[in-house]
Amino acid sequence: MPNVNPGDTSWLLASAALVLFMTPGLALFYGGMVRSKNVLSTIMYSVIAMGVVTILWALLGYTLAFGPDVGGVIGRLDFAGLRNVFGAVTPYAPTVPMPAFVAYQCMFAIISPALISGAFAERMTFRAWVLMLAVWSLAVYAPMAHWVWGGGWLQQLGVIDFAGETVIHLTSAGAALACVLVIGKRRGHGAEEYHPHNLPMTLLGAGILWFGWFGFNGGSALASNGIAANAFLATHLAAAAGMLSWLVVEAWHAGKPTTLGAASGAVAGLVGITPAAGFVGPGAAIAIGLVVGAACYFGVSMKSKLGYDDALDVLGIHGVGGVSGMILTGVFATVAVNAAGKNGLLAGNPALLGSELVGVVAAFGYSFLVTFVVLKVIEKTVGLRAEPDAELSGLDLSEHAETAYIWQ
Amino acid sequence: MKKIEAIIKPHMLDDVKATLTALGVQGLTAYEVKGFGRQKGHTEIYRGNEYTIDFVPKTKIEVVVDDDLAPRVEDAIVEAARTGKIGDGKVFTYDVESAIRIRTGERGPEAV
Repeated sequence: MPNVNPGDTSWLLASAALVLFMTPGLALFYGGMVRSKNVLSTIMYSVIAMGVVTILWALLGYTLAFGPDVGGVIGRLDFAGLRNVFGAVTPYAPTVPMPAFVAYQCMFAIISPALISGAFAERMTFRAWVLMLAVWSLAVYAPMAHWVWGGGWLQQLGVIDFAGETVIHLTSAGAALACVLVIGKRRGHGAEEYHPHNLPMTLLGAGILWFGWFGFNGGSALASNGIAANAFLATHLAAAAGMLSWLVVEAWHAGKPTTLGAASGAVAGLVGITPAAGFVGPGAAIAIGLVVGAACYFGVSMKSKLGYDDALDVLGIHGVGGVSGMILTGVFATVAVNAAGKNGLLAGNPALLGSELVGVVAAFGYSFLVTFVVLKVIEKTVGLRAEPDAELSGLDLSEHAETAYIWQ
Repeated sequence: MKKIEAIIKPHMLDDVKATLTALGVQGLTAYEVKGFGRQKGHTEIYRGNEYTIDFVPKTKIEVVVDDDLAPRVEDAIVEAARTGKIGDGKVFTYDVESAIRIRTGERGPEAV
Protein backbone atom coordinates (compact mmCIF):
# COMPACT_ATOMS: atom_id res chain seq x y z
CA MET A 1 0.00 0.00 0.00
CA PRO A 2 1.72 3.20 -1.14
CA ASN A 3 2.32 6.13 1.19
CA VAL A 4 0.31 4.86 4.17
CA ASN A 5 1.45 6.84 7.19
CA PRO A 6 1.18 5.04 10.52
CA GLY A 7 0.74 8.22 12.56
CA ASP A 8 -2.05 9.50 10.33
CA THR A 9 -3.72 6.10 10.30
CA SER A 10 -3.67 5.64 14.07
CA TRP A 11 -5.02 9.09 14.74
CA LEU A 12 -7.78 8.63 12.17
CA LEU A 13 -8.81 5.28 13.61
CA ALA A 14 -8.76 6.67 17.14
CA SER A 15 -10.78 9.65 15.95
CA ALA A 16 -13.33 7.34 14.36
CA ALA A 17 -13.82 5.68 17.73
CA LEU A 18 -14.14 9.07 19.42
CA VAL A 19 -16.79 10.23 16.98
CA LEU A 20 -18.75 7.00 17.31
CA PHE A 21 -18.79 7.48 21.06
CA MET A 22 -20.50 10.84 20.52
CA THR A 23 -23.69 9.11 19.36
CA PRO A 24 -24.41 7.27 22.62
CA GLY A 25 -23.19 10.45 24.30
CA LEU A 26 -25.80 12.42 22.40
CA ALA A 27 -28.38 9.80 23.32
CA LEU A 28 -27.66 10.41 27.02
CA PHE A 29 -27.50 14.20 26.56
CA TYR A 30 -30.98 14.17 25.03
CA GLY A 31 -32.27 11.34 27.21
CA GLY A 32 -31.72 13.23 30.44
CA MET A 33 -33.68 16.20 29.14
CA VAL A 34 -36.93 14.39 28.37
CA ARG A 35 -39.49 13.01 30.81
CA SER A 36 -38.69 9.58 32.23
CA LYS A 37 -41.52 7.91 30.33
CA ASN A 38 -39.75 8.80 27.07
CA VAL A 39 -36.10 8.36 27.95
CA LEU A 40 -35.62 5.02 26.21
CA SER A 41 -37.36 6.04 23.02
CA THR A 42 -35.28 9.21 22.93
CA ILE A 43 -32.07 7.22 23.39
CA MET A 44 -33.21 4.76 20.76
CA TYR A 45 -33.61 7.48 18.10
CA SER A 46 -29.82 7.90 18.31
CA VAL A 47 -28.83 4.31 18.95
CA ILE A 48 -30.77 2.96 15.98
CA ALA A 49 -28.77 5.26 13.71
CA MET A 50 -25.67 3.33 14.73
CA GLY A 51 -27.26 0.28 13.13
CA VAL A 52 -29.20 1.60 10.16
CA VAL A 53 -26.81 4.27 8.94
CA THR A 54 -23.78 2.00 9.23
CA ILE A 55 -25.22 -0.62 6.92
CA LEU A 56 -26.54 1.95 4.45
CA TRP A 57 -23.16 3.67 4.52
CA ALA A 58 -21.50 0.43 3.54
CA LEU A 59 -24.01 -0.36 0.83
CA LEU A 60 -24.37 3.05 -0.79
CA GLY A 61 -23.65 6.04 1.44
CA TYR A 62 -19.88 5.96 1.23
CA THR A 63 -19.75 5.71 -2.51
CA LEU A 64 -22.38 8.42 -3.04
CA ALA A 65 -20.41 10.74 -0.78
CA PHE A 66 -16.84 9.94 -1.74
CA GLY A 67 -16.95 8.04 -5.00
CA PRO A 68 -15.46 9.71 -8.08
CA ASP A 69 -17.37 12.92 -8.71
CA VAL A 70 -20.17 13.06 -11.26
CA GLY A 71 -21.05 16.58 -12.29
CA GLY A 72 -20.30 18.08 -8.89
CA VAL A 73 -23.49 16.50 -7.59
CA ILE A 74 -22.83 12.93 -6.46
CA GLY A 75 -20.22 10.19 -6.27
CA ARG A 76 -20.05 7.27 -8.68
CA LEU A 77 -20.90 3.75 -7.54
CA ASP A 78 -17.29 2.50 -7.68
CA PHE A 79 -17.39 1.73 -3.96
CA ALA A 80 -20.95 0.46 -3.63
CA GLY A 81 -21.07 -2.33 -1.09
CA LEU A 82 -17.54 -1.22 -0.12
CA ARG A 83 -16.03 -3.05 -3.07
CA ASN A 84 -12.63 -1.75 -4.21
CA VAL A 85 -12.08 -0.29 -0.73
CA PHE A 86 -9.62 -2.74 0.76
CA GLY A 87 -6.10 -1.91 -0.31
CA ALA A 88 -7.18 1.40 -1.82
CA VAL A 89 -6.45 4.98 -0.85
CA THR A 90 -8.77 7.94 -1.29
CA PRO A 91 -7.56 11.24 -2.76
CA TYR A 92 -9.29 12.97 0.16
CA ALA A 93 -7.00 11.26 2.70
CA PRO A 94 -4.01 10.04 0.72
CA THR A 95 -1.89 8.85 3.63
CA VAL A 96 -4.33 6.41 5.23
CA PRO A 97 -5.86 3.13 4.09
CA MET A 98 -9.29 3.71 2.60
CA PRO A 99 -11.06 1.51 5.19
CA ALA A 100 -9.93 3.93 7.87
CA PHE A 101 -11.43 6.82 5.95
CA VAL A 102 -14.63 4.85 5.33
CA ALA A 103 -14.94 4.11 9.05
CA TYR A 104 -14.23 7.69 10.08
CA GLN A 105 -16.75 9.19 7.73
CA CYS A 106 -19.32 6.55 8.70
CA MET A 107 -19.35 7.89 12.27
CA PHE A 108 -20.29 11.36 11.05
CA ALA A 109 -23.04 9.89 8.92
CA ILE A 110 -24.39 8.23 12.06
CA ILE A 111 -24.46 11.22 14.39
CA SER A 112 -25.81 13.69 11.88
CA PRO A 113 -29.38 12.37 11.76
CA ALA A 114 -29.30 11.48 15.45
CA LEU A 115 -29.04 15.22 16.18
CA ILE A 116 -32.42 15.80 14.54
CA SER A 117 -34.19 13.65 17.11
CA GLY A 118 -34.03 16.41 19.70
CA ALA A 119 -36.64 18.32 17.75
CA PHE A 120 -39.33 15.63 17.55
CA ALA A 121 -38.60 13.80 20.80
CA GLU A 122 -41.52 12.53 22.84
CA ARG A 123 -43.86 12.14 19.86
CA MET A 124 -42.43 10.56 16.69
CA THR A 125 -42.95 6.81 16.35
CA PHE A 126 -39.92 4.58 16.06
CA ARG A 127 -41.12 3.13 12.76
CA ALA A 128 -41.52 6.56 11.19
CA TRP A 129 -38.08 7.57 12.41
CA VAL A 130 -36.35 4.50 10.97
CA LEU A 131 -37.88 5.21 7.56
CA MET A 132 -36.97 8.90 7.75
CA LEU A 133 -33.46 8.03 8.90
CA ALA A 134 -32.77 5.63 6.07
CA VAL A 135 -33.96 8.01 3.37
CA TRP A 136 -32.26 11.04 4.92
CA SER A 137 -28.94 9.31 5.23
CA LEU A 138 -28.84 8.55 1.51
CA ALA A 139 -30.77 11.50 0.09
CA VAL A 140 -29.43 14.33 2.26
CA TYR A 141 -26.31 13.33 4.17
CA ALA A 142 -24.40 11.52 1.44
CA PRO A 143 -24.96 14.17 -1.25
CA MET A 144 -24.18 16.94 1.22
CA ALA A 145 -20.90 15.25 2.20
CA HIS A 146 -20.11 14.97 -1.47
CA TRP A 147 -20.88 18.64 -2.15
CA VAL A 148 -18.62 19.91 0.65
CA TRP A 149 -15.89 17.28 0.95
CA GLY A 150 -16.15 14.89 -1.99
CA GLY A 151 -15.31 17.24 -4.85
CA GLY A 152 -18.84 18.55 -5.21
CA TRP A 153 -20.17 21.98 -6.17
CA LEU A 154 -19.99 23.66 -2.77
CA GLN A 155 -16.35 22.73 -2.42
CA GLN A 156 -15.73 23.99 -5.95
CA LEU A 157 -17.48 27.23 -5.01
CA GLY A 158 -14.99 27.85 -2.22
CA VAL A 159 -16.98 26.84 0.86
CA ILE A 160 -14.62 25.74 3.63
CA ASP A 161 -15.98 23.64 6.47
CA PHE A 162 -13.33 21.85 8.44
CA ALA A 163 -15.35 19.24 10.28
CA GLY A 164 -18.91 19.49 9.04
CA GLU A 165 -20.94 22.48 10.20
CA THR A 166 -22.85 22.37 6.94
CA VAL A 167 -22.81 18.61 6.43
CA ILE A 168 -23.82 17.68 9.96
CA HIS A 169 -25.16 20.55 12.01
CA LEU A 170 -26.96 22.72 9.48
CA THR A 171 -28.51 19.75 7.71
CA SER A 172 -29.79 18.50 11.06
CA ALA A 173 -31.15 21.93 11.88
CA GLY A 174 -32.91 22.18 8.52
CA ALA A 175 -34.42 18.73 9.02
CA ALA A 176 -35.37 19.68 12.58
CA LEU A 177 -37.34 22.66 11.31
CA ALA A 178 -39.17 20.42 8.85
CA CYS A 179 -39.94 18.00 11.66
CA VAL A 180 -41.38 20.58 14.03
CA LEU A 181 -43.54 22.02 11.28
CA VAL A 182 -44.91 18.68 10.09
CA ILE A 183 -45.21 16.72 13.32
CA GLY A 184 -46.49 19.54 15.48
CA LYS A 185 -46.30 20.21 19.18
CA ARG A 186 -46.26 17.77 22.03
CA ARG A 187 -49.51 17.16 23.83
CA GLY A 188 -49.97 19.77 26.48
CA HIS A 189 -47.46 22.16 24.96
CA GLY A 190 -48.15 25.66 26.20
CA ALA A 191 -50.22 24.48 29.13
CA GLU A 192 -47.94 21.88 30.66
CA GLU A 193 -44.34 22.34 31.66
CA TYR A 194 -41.81 19.69 30.73
CA HIS A 195 -38.72 19.21 32.86
CA PRO A 196 -35.53 17.27 32.30
CA HIS A 197 -35.88 14.08 34.34
CA ASN A 198 -32.20 13.32 34.81
CA LEU A 199 -29.74 16.18 34.49
CA PRO A 200 -26.79 14.07 35.66
CA MET A 201 -27.42 11.92 32.55
CA THR A 202 -27.42 15.04 30.39
CA LEU A 203 -24.17 16.27 31.91
CA LEU A 204 -22.57 12.87 31.34
CA GLY A 205 -23.70 13.03 27.73
CA ALA A 206 -22.25 16.52 27.35
CA GLY A 207 -18.92 15.33 28.70
CA ILE A 208 -18.87 12.47 26.20
CA LEU A 209 -19.72 14.87 23.38
CA TRP A 210 -16.86 17.21 24.36
CA PHE A 211 -14.48 14.24 24.54
CA GLY A 212 -15.64 12.80 21.22
CA TRP A 213 -15.46 16.20 19.52
CA PHE A 214 -11.67 16.00 19.71
CA GLY A 215 -12.01 13.23 17.14
CA PHE A 216 -14.75 15.07 15.25
CA ASN A 217 -12.59 18.17 14.74
CA GLY A 218 -9.09 16.87 15.40
CA GLY A 219 -9.57 13.87 13.14
CA SER A 220 -10.85 16.05 10.32
CA ALA A 221 -7.26 16.97 9.57
CA LEU A 222 -7.15 13.42 8.18
CA ALA A 223 -3.56 13.39 9.31
CA SER A 224 -1.57 13.39 12.51
CA ASN A 225 0.05 16.78 12.28
CA GLY A 226 0.05 20.41 13.33
CA ILE A 227 -3.36 21.06 11.79
CA ALA A 228 -4.85 18.22 13.82
CA ALA A 229 -3.23 19.56 16.97
CA ASN A 230 -4.48 23.04 16.22
CA ALA A 231 -7.98 21.76 15.59
CA PHE A 232 -7.90 19.76 18.82
CA LEU A 233 -6.81 22.78 20.83
CA ALA A 234 -9.24 25.15 19.12
CA THR A 235 -12.05 22.70 19.89
CA HIS A 236 -11.19 22.67 23.56
CA LEU A 237 -10.84 26.44 23.81
CA ALA A 238 -14.16 27.03 22.11
CA ALA A 239 -15.98 24.55 24.35
CA ALA A 240 -14.62 26.22 27.46
CA ALA A 241 -15.39 29.70 26.18
CA GLY A 242 -18.86 28.65 25.11
CA MET A 243 -19.61 27.25 28.54
CA LEU A 244 -18.45 30.37 30.34
CA SER A 245 -20.20 32.70 27.95
CA TRP A 246 -23.53 30.91 28.36
CA LEU A 247 -23.19 30.80 32.14
CA VAL A 248 -22.43 34.50 32.42
CA VAL A 249 -25.36 35.44 30.21
CA GLU A 250 -27.63 33.02 32.04
CA ALA A 251 -26.68 34.28 35.48
CA TRP A 252 -27.35 37.84 34.36
CA HIS A 253 -30.53 37.09 32.42
CA ALA A 254 -32.24 34.35 34.44
CA GLY A 255 -30.65 34.78 37.83
CA LYS A 256 -28.59 31.62 38.26
CA PRO A 257 -25.92 29.70 36.33
CA THR A 258 -27.27 26.18 35.77
CA THR A 259 -25.68 22.82 35.05
CA LEU A 260 -27.87 22.47 31.97
CA GLY A 261 -26.56 25.85 30.91
CA ALA A 262 -22.97 24.74 31.38
CA ALA A 263 -23.58 21.65 29.24
CA SER A 264 -25.48 23.59 26.60
CA GLY A 265 -22.91 26.37 26.43
CA ALA A 266 -20.07 23.92 25.95
CA VAL A 267 -21.97 22.17 23.17
CA ALA A 268 -22.75 25.53 21.57
CA GLY A 269 -19.06 26.43 21.59
CA LEU A 270 -18.23 23.07 20.05
CA VAL A 271 -20.83 23.55 17.33
CA GLY A 272 -19.43 27.00 16.62
CA ILE A 273 -15.82 25.91 16.23
CA THR A 274 -16.65 22.92 14.03
CA PRO A 275 -16.15 24.60 10.64
CA ALA A 276 -13.26 26.74 11.88
CA ALA A 277 -11.14 24.36 13.97
CA GLY A 278 -8.45 23.74 11.37
CA PHE A 279 -8.44 27.24 9.94
CA VAL A 280 -8.17 29.61 12.91
CA GLY A 281 -5.80 30.39 15.75
CA PRO A 282 -6.43 30.03 19.48
CA GLY A 283 -7.56 33.62 20.02
CA ALA A 284 -10.17 33.24 17.32
CA ALA A 285 -11.28 29.91 18.81
CA ILE A 286 -11.94 31.58 22.15
CA ALA A 287 -13.75 34.44 20.47
CA ILE A 288 -15.90 32.00 18.52
CA GLY A 289 -16.78 30.11 21.68
CA LEU A 290 -17.73 33.29 23.51
CA VAL A 291 -19.91 34.62 20.71
CA VAL A 292 -21.65 31.36 19.84
CA GLY A 293 -22.26 30.48 23.49
CA ALA A 294 -24.13 33.74 24.00
CA ALA A 295 -25.86 33.59 20.62
CA CYS A 296 -27.22 30.12 21.33
CA TYR A 297 -28.45 31.17 24.78
CA PHE A 298 -30.72 33.62 23.05
CA GLY A 299 -31.24 31.21 20.17
CA VAL A 300 -33.05 28.74 22.41
CA SER A 301 -35.57 31.38 23.40
CA MET A 302 -36.61 31.77 19.75
CA LYS A 303 -39.00 28.88 20.04
CA SER A 304 -41.11 30.45 22.75
CA LYS A 305 -41.37 33.63 20.69
CA LEU A 306 -42.17 31.85 17.45
CA GLY A 307 -44.36 29.20 19.00
CA TYR A 308 -42.91 25.97 17.62
CA ASP A 309 -42.04 22.93 19.73
CA ASP A 310 -38.37 22.11 19.14
CA ALA A 311 -38.25 19.93 22.22
CA LEU A 312 -34.51 19.87 22.83
CA ASP A 313 -33.42 23.00 20.99
CA VAL A 314 -31.85 21.56 17.84
CA LEU A 315 -32.55 24.83 16.03
CA GLY A 316 -31.47 26.98 18.93
CA ILE A 317 -28.09 25.28 19.21
CA HIS A 318 -27.25 23.53 15.95
CA GLY A 319 -29.12 26.04 13.81
CA VAL A 320 -28.03 29.27 15.45
CA GLY A 321 -24.65 27.77 16.35
CA GLY A 322 -24.20 26.44 12.85
CA VAL A 323 -24.94 29.72 11.14
CA SER A 324 -22.75 31.66 13.59
CA GLY A 325 -19.91 29.19 13.23
CA MET A 326 -19.90 29.47 9.45
CA ILE A 327 -20.02 33.27 9.56
CA LEU A 328 -17.20 33.42 12.09
CA THR A 329 -15.17 31.03 9.96
CA GLY A 330 -15.64 33.52 7.15
CA VAL A 331 -14.32 36.18 9.52
CA PHE A 332 -11.38 34.46 11.19
CA ALA A 333 -10.03 31.87 8.72
CA THR A 334 -6.41 32.40 7.78
CA VAL A 335 -3.90 30.54 5.65
CA ALA A 336 -1.33 31.46 8.26
CA VAL A 337 -2.84 28.64 10.33
CA ASN A 338 -3.60 26.28 7.45
CA ALA A 339 -2.08 26.82 4.04
CA ALA A 340 -4.66 24.46 2.54
CA GLY A 341 -7.49 26.64 3.82
CA LYS A 342 -8.50 30.14 2.83
CA ASN A 343 -8.28 33.66 4.14
CA GLY A 344 -11.36 35.21 5.64
CA LEU A 345 -12.51 38.75 6.33
CA LEU A 346 -9.85 39.67 8.90
CA ALA A 347 -7.10 38.30 6.66
CA GLY A 348 -8.29 40.54 3.85
CA ASN A 349 -10.74 38.31 1.97
CA PRO A 350 -14.39 39.21 2.64
CA ALA A 351 -15.46 36.95 -0.23
CA LEU A 352 -15.12 33.94 2.04
CA LEU A 353 -18.10 35.18 4.04
CA GLY A 354 -20.16 34.97 0.90
CA SER A 355 -19.10 31.39 0.20
CA GLU A 356 -19.79 30.36 3.78
CA LEU A 357 -23.29 31.81 3.60
CA VAL A 358 -23.95 29.90 0.39
CA GLY A 359 -22.94 26.77 2.26
CA VAL A 360 -25.32 27.64 5.09
CA VAL A 361 -28.29 28.21 2.81
CA ALA A 362 -27.56 25.14 0.69
CA ALA A 363 -27.24 22.83 3.69
CA PHE A 364 -30.19 24.13 5.67
CA GLY A 365 -32.43 24.64 2.66
CA TYR A 366 -31.77 21.36 0.90
CA SER A 367 -32.16 19.33 4.07
CA PHE A 368 -35.32 21.21 5.02
CA LEU A 369 -36.95 20.62 1.64
CA VAL A 370 -36.11 16.94 1.31
CA THR A 371 -37.02 16.21 4.93
CA PHE A 372 -40.32 18.06 4.62
CA VAL A 373 -41.33 16.02 1.58
CA VAL A 374 -40.29 12.71 3.08
CA LEU A 375 -42.12 13.47 6.33
CA LYS A 376 -45.29 14.27 4.45
CA VAL A 377 -45.05 10.96 2.60
CA ILE A 378 -44.47 9.06 5.83
CA GLU A 379 -47.32 10.94 7.50
CA LYS A 380 -49.73 9.91 4.75
CA THR A 381 -48.57 6.28 4.66
CA VAL A 382 -47.44 4.67 7.89
CA GLY A 383 -48.06 7.71 10.08
CA LEU A 384 -45.63 9.89 11.90
CA ARG A 385 -46.87 10.52 15.38
CA ALA A 386 -47.67 8.34 18.38
CA GLU A 387 -51.35 8.06 19.27
CA PRO A 388 -52.51 10.51 21.96
CA ASP A 389 -52.84 7.72 24.56
CA ALA A 390 -49.38 6.45 23.75
CA GLU A 391 -47.99 9.95 24.06
CA LEU A 392 -49.63 10.23 27.47
CA SER A 393 -48.33 6.96 28.91
CA GLY A 394 -44.98 7.40 27.22
CA LEU A 395 -43.23 6.22 24.07
CA ASP A 396 -40.95 3.83 25.96
CA LEU A 397 -43.99 1.63 26.44
CA SER A 398 -45.72 2.22 23.11
CA GLU A 399 -42.66 1.92 20.90
CA HIS A 400 -40.46 -0.48 22.81
CA ALA A 401 -42.60 -2.13 25.50
CA GLU A 402 -40.03 -1.05 28.08
CA THR A 403 -39.87 0.99 31.24
CA ALA A 404 -36.62 2.73 32.02
CA TYR A 405 -36.82 2.88 35.80
CA ILE A 406 -38.47 0.16 37.80
CA TRP A 407 -38.47 0.85 41.50
CA GLN A 408 -38.05 -2.75 42.63
CA MET B 1 -55.72 1.33 68.19
CA LYS B 2 -54.90 4.54 66.43
CA LYS B 3 -53.14 5.21 63.14
CA ILE B 4 -51.08 8.35 63.23
CA GLU B 5 -50.04 9.85 59.89
CA ALA B 6 -47.58 12.68 59.66
CA ILE B 7 -46.33 14.62 56.68
CA ILE B 8 -42.95 16.03 57.59
CA LYS B 9 -39.89 17.58 56.01
CA PRO B 10 -37.72 14.76 54.64
CA HIS B 11 -34.63 15.71 56.59
CA MET B 12 -36.51 15.46 59.90
CA LEU B 13 -37.23 11.76 59.48
CA ASP B 14 -34.23 10.54 61.44
CA ASP B 15 -35.06 12.72 64.46
CA VAL B 16 -38.71 11.63 64.41
CA LYS B 17 -37.77 7.98 64.13
CA ALA B 18 -35.34 8.25 67.04
CA THR B 19 -37.91 9.95 69.25
CA LEU B 20 -40.61 7.37 68.46
CA THR B 21 -38.27 4.46 69.03
CA ALA B 22 -37.37 5.92 72.42
CA LEU B 23 -41.09 6.04 73.24
CA GLY B 24 -41.47 2.33 72.54
CA VAL B 25 -43.01 2.49 69.08
CA GLN B 26 -41.91 -0.73 67.38
CA GLY B 27 -42.91 -0.20 63.76
CA LEU B 28 -43.12 2.67 61.31
CA THR B 29 -43.70 3.10 57.58
CA ALA B 30 -42.20 6.02 55.68
CA TYR B 31 -42.63 7.03 52.09
CA GLU B 32 -41.53 9.83 49.81
CA VAL B 33 -44.35 12.05 48.69
CA LYS B 34 -44.72 15.50 47.29
CA GLY B 35 -47.18 18.10 48.33
CA PHE B 36 -47.89 21.67 49.22
CA GLY B 37 -49.83 23.52 51.85
CA ARG B 38 -49.32 27.16 52.45
CA GLN B 39 -45.60 26.75 51.73
CA LYS B 40 -45.10 28.11 48.25
CA GLY B 41 -43.11 26.17 45.67
CA HIS B 42 -39.89 27.34 44.11
CA THR B 43 -38.60 28.48 40.74
CA GLU B 44 -36.35 26.40 38.50
CA ILE B 45 -34.55 27.47 35.34
CA TYR B 46 -34.13 25.35 32.20
CA ARG B 47 -32.31 26.92 29.28
CA GLY B 48 -33.44 30.40 30.08
CA ASN B 49 -37.05 29.58 30.90
CA GLU B 50 -38.38 29.88 34.43
CA TYR B 51 -40.75 27.26 35.77
CA THR B 52 -42.69 27.40 39.03
CA ILE B 53 -42.65 24.08 40.84
CA ASP B 54 -45.65 23.88 43.19
CA PHE B 55 -44.91 20.54 44.76
CA VAL B 56 -42.31 20.21 47.48
CA PRO B 57 -40.77 16.86 48.43
CA LYS B 58 -42.05 15.59 51.78
CA THR B 59 -41.92 12.39 53.79
CA LYS B 60 -45.06 10.73 55.08
CA ILE B 61 -44.85 8.43 58.06
CA GLU B 62 -47.45 6.11 59.49
CA VAL B 63 -47.51 4.37 62.83
CA VAL B 64 -50.23 2.25 64.44
CA VAL B 65 -50.19 2.25 68.25
CA ASP B 66 -52.34 1.49 71.30
CA ASP B 67 -54.93 4.13 72.17
CA ASP B 68 -53.09 5.18 75.35
CA LEU B 69 -49.76 5.67 73.55
CA ALA B 70 -51.31 7.75 70.78
CA PRO B 71 -51.33 11.21 72.41
CA ARG B 72 -47.67 10.87 73.42
CA VAL B 73 -46.78 9.77 69.87
CA GLU B 74 -48.57 12.79 68.40
CA ASP B 75 -46.72 15.16 70.72
CA ALA B 76 -43.40 13.45 70.04
CA ILE B 77 -43.78 13.77 66.29
CA VAL B 78 -44.74 17.43 66.52
CA GLU B 79 -41.79 18.16 68.81
CA ALA B 80 -39.22 16.24 66.74
CA ALA B 81 -40.38 17.41 63.31
CA ARG B 82 -40.79 21.11 64.07
CA THR B 83 -38.27 23.54 62.62
CA GLY B 84 -40.38 26.64 63.10
CA LYS B 85 -40.37 27.45 59.37
CA ILE B 86 -43.30 27.20 56.97
CA GLY B 87 -43.72 23.67 55.59
CA ASP B 88 -43.15 21.70 58.80
CA GLY B 89 -46.16 19.58 57.98
CA LYS B 90 -49.21 18.07 59.67
CA VAL B 91 -50.23 15.16 61.91
CA PHE B 92 -53.53 13.28 61.53
CA THR B 93 -54.92 10.53 63.71
CA TYR B 94 -57.47 7.90 62.73
CA ASP B 95 -59.18 4.95 64.39
CA VAL B 96 -57.97 1.55 63.29
CA GLU B 97 -60.65 -1.10 62.85
CA SER B 98 -58.37 -4.16 62.95
CA ALA B 99 -54.71 -5.14 62.82
CA ILE B 100 -53.18 -8.52 61.93
CA ARG B 101 -49.56 -9.70 62.08
CA ILE B 102 -49.01 -11.62 58.85
CA ARG B 103 -46.38 -14.03 60.14
CA THR B 104 -48.30 -15.32 63.15
CA GLY B 105 -51.91 -14.38 62.51
CA GLU B 106 -52.15 -12.43 65.80
CA ARG B 107 -54.95 -9.90 65.88
CA GLY B 108 -55.69 -6.69 67.70
CA PRO B 109 -53.29 -4.79 69.98
CA GLU B 110 -50.89 -7.81 70.10
CA ALA B 111 -50.36 -7.40 66.36
CA VAL B 112 -49.17 -3.84 66.90
